[in-house]
Amino acid sequence: MQAAPAIELKGVTKTFGHVVANKNVNLEVRRGEILAILGENGSGKTTLMNMISGIYFPDEGQIFIDGQEVTIRSPKDAFNCGIGMIHQHFKLVDLFTAAENIILGVNDGKKYNVKEAAVRVQEIADRYGFILDPNKKIYDMSVSEKQTVEIIKVLYRGADILILDEPTAVLTPQETGRLFSVLRNMRDDGKSIIIITHKLHEVLSLSDRVSVLRKGEYIGTVNTAETNENELTEMMVGKKITLNIDRPEPKNMKNRLVINDITSVDAFGHTVLDHVSFIARSGEILGIAGIAGSGQRELLEAIAGLQQLRSGEIVYYDPKIDIAVDAEKASEEELQTLIAEDNLILRDPETRVRADLRGKTKAELERMQAGGAAFVRHPRVNLRDKTPTEIREMGVRLSFVPEDRLGMGLVGNMDIIDNMMLRSYKKGMSVFVDRKNPRNLAEEIISELEVVTPGPTTPVRRLSGGNVQKVLVGREIAANPKVLMAAYPVRGLDINSSYTIYNLLTKQKESGVAVIFVGEDLDVLVELCDRILVINSGRVTGLLDGRSATKEEIGLLMTKTDDRQEGEADGSAE
Amino acid sequence: MALLNKIPKENSAAEGQKRVKEPLFHIVKRDAPVWYKAWLIRAAAIVLALLLCAVVTVLLARNVNPLDVFKAMISGNFGTVRRIWVMLQSLSILLCVSLALTPAFKMRFWNIGGEGQILIGGLATAACMKLLGAKMPPVLLIFVMLAASIAAGAIWALIPAVFKAQWNTNETLFTLMMNYVAIQIVSYFTMVWEAHKGSANIGIINSKTHYGWLPQIGNEYLLSIIVVLALTVAMYIYLRYSKHGYEISVVGESQNTARYIGINVKKVIIRTMILSGALCGIAGFLLVGSIDHTITPTSSNNRGFTAIMVSWLAKFNPLMMLLTSFLIVFLECGAKEITTKFSLDKSFSDILTGIILFFIIGCEFFINYQIKFRHSQKEVA
Repeated sequence: MQAAPAIELKGVTKTFGHVVANKNVNLEVRRGEILAILGENGSGKTTLMNMISGIYFPDEGQIFIDGQEVTIRSPKDAFNCGIGMIHQHFKLVDLFTAAENIILGVNDGKKYNVKEAAVRVQEIADRYGFILDPNKKIYDMSVSEKQTVEIIKVLYRGADILILDEPTAVLTPQETGRLFSVLRNMRDDGKSIIIITHKLHEVLSLSDRVSVLRKGEYIGTVNTAETNENELTEMMVGKKITLNIDRPEPKNMKNRLVINDITSVDAFGHTVLDHVSFIARSGEILGIAGIAGSGQRELLEAIAGLQQLRSGEIVYYDPKIDIAVDAEKASEEELQTLIAEDNLILRDPETRVRADLRGKTKAELERMQAGGAAFVRHPRVNLRDKTPTEIREMGVRLSFVPEDRLGMGLVGNMDIIDNMMLRSYKKGMSVFVDRKNPRNLAEEIISELEVVTPGPTTPVRRLSGGNVQKVLVGREIAANPKVLMAAYPVRGLDINSSYTIYNLLTKQKESGVAVIFVGEDLDVLVELCDRILVINSGRVTGLLDGRSATKEEIGLLMTKTDDRQEGEADGSAE
Repeated sequence: MALLNKIPKENSAAEGQKRVKEPLFHIVKRDAPVWYKAWLIRAAAIVLALLLCAVVTVLLARNVNPLDVFKAMISGNFGTVRRIWVMLQSLSILLCVSLALTPAFKMRFWNIGGEGQILIGGLATAACMKLLGAKMPPVLLIFVMLAASIAAGAIWALIPAVFKAQWNTNETLFTLMMNYVAIQIVSYFTMVWEAHKGSANIGIINSKTHYGWLPQIGNEYLLSIIVVLALTVAMYIYLRYSKHGYEISVVGESQNTARYIGINVKKVIIRTMILSGALCGIAGFLLVGSIDHTITPTSSNNRGFTAIMVSWLAKFNPLMMLLTSFLIVFLECGAKEITTKFSLDKSFSDILTGIILFFIIGCEFFINYQIKFRHSQKEVA
């Protein structure tokens, strides 16, 4: 006789207005197994889990726990059924310790006793192999430690069906590995685990079975051992697609943006950028890797003129302007500086190909000039402490796709046309805005990037994540940039949209733009980027060649503990 | 059954529970409803409000027929030609203040200092009439009055705006407290300029010479109506088609976006508040120069607050404000008529106004959401 599944859903449906988030979903999780729920963003994974954990109430359908029908009206009901959910965004009190957070709100009729609780927390941690100090305060914890607290919190309350919503989104490869081994221990202990994800390799390495959702509909369940990446992708997307990112060799690279030793401090006095230096070259994609909150946002905002710097400079070499350099009149020192800056360009009107001038002396250059060669340099523009308007007025072609699309890059309540105007509305002397050109641009972007929208006058917030991003990236590329910065441009996008964005970035690179790409998916970073800069707590910890770097290598650099601070401590002791 | 063995210890209590009933109703977000559906809901809300008003009337005022009450409401607004003009005039002033507040609210700057800005603008007008009345030609005087009231209103709004822009102070409290300062200043001047010693009342200014009285177009009411209609159209165009209006929307929606595209947020805040205060100043100018010809600390008659409702109900669309300000003024005039006609307590008409407003504002919820009730479920064997 087979045991009833730990949890079973039959015909569950949930709609929001005309949006069908889940349609007639059937799902079954057994005791002692890990079930992965796979689906693209917007396929209804999170809505489905929110119904199990009592946040939403299904419009239709039944939920069975151990074969018995239950109604889950609130998170409390869910707890009573032994269901615990670990959300993507943690819900912890920063000033409390791990143990205090864990017993917060537990009503077991016993006296409030943190010490006893800490002992039990430690027991749970040891049993499954978590590493956690129950007395550590939350604000001292890393993201992965906070996640551990969340997991133990539901275990402490007796949950034996655990739901994890995209648990690896914020973790490094090493931390992910640790989490997976803990989850396997829990499974072997008889717990049922549901993990929501859209990362295929994680599904394959961790789960026992996979259930796939597509556009709110239940597609099917397969045994992980009997499937592969291609089959799952096909189930998820509904058609066969190839998952290769094209990476042409960079051509004709020039220094475009030189970040020189910049330091920035936030409102609380914490150093968010600590002596960061790097160079972004035209014709290549520079990837920036790091754990969320390591200074990526501040770095891009500093370049875009939105962040005050304490020291350092941001130099832009304006490729639109050539200044002639006379090798005879210039001093040796000046010429050598220009060469060192990669800013002495041999102008050959025929080929426009740059010859390598490294190691050339003044005398050699003079000889070349006598032989008919002409040298030019680009003006050096310091962008430090300039406002976005000033930067634009200086003729610097800088485009920026910020992380916060609807909070910074676009205005959600405005339509696509008005969002196109954000960059261009100031043009001209008229006191009135011109909506004709933005309308044309909006229509162009809608048709070229296949934006799914009822029309250009639809408010952007009504579009899906992928379409919002296409509108934003489309606008930024339409500005004809020389430097294009994109922060997490594919976050929340489905596979097809993601690849559209990667291709757009690659096209920009091929047309000679210096592309800076901040990413979180290391698999993509090593496939897309020509060079990868790793930052860790506001400091550069490595610069790797995108073609040879491995995920593990990047992961280590992302989490490497501070040898420099130790070095400083040593230095002061001497 | 085998499943019983599988239930872990911690859970046995929970498992023992019987099937919990589905909640009686739950709230579901609607799609963007088609316009006529939204208006049907609004119409239904008004019908329901009137029904409830009738019930309340029957309960509270036993000898009054609810139908008579509604009739009185209408006749309070449209009963005589004069009443229609008076209604339109007070509509125009309320609309003027609402237009003034709208750019600020659209920018998410909670200017609840309209009251003070009107008063200080009115005081500037009164001061010009009182002090400069005989000293300059009438046409010039009117322009000086206009300029003075615009400047006074603008300054009154500028002070909180500068503090907000520079030090991010709370504009709600700041503008609110500026109201009380303005009220005190006006009280002071009603003493200084009092008509008879001890009356604490300015009386009609220049009642014999009519210095500084705004000219009459057709009748004494039409001028302010025309001015405000022109302002309405101008404000509609300003908010919708001008670069300034576009900047106001961006700053209101997201200051981060504004920063990102290089809008000078401080400048926009200050500029918009100057506009807001200036228009309130114009309302004060019309009130003192064209309608009341005097000023008291209660001259603005809470319009600075009522206008907030007008502006929000119209969702900051100046043309829609024609409608919402009419609604409010209609209720006010109607309520006044009910009180006098049936010699009822003023709070009775306040109750009726309250009920109608409650339904009109409350129906917006039903336009955005719908309520699903528990449906009978087939029993599971």
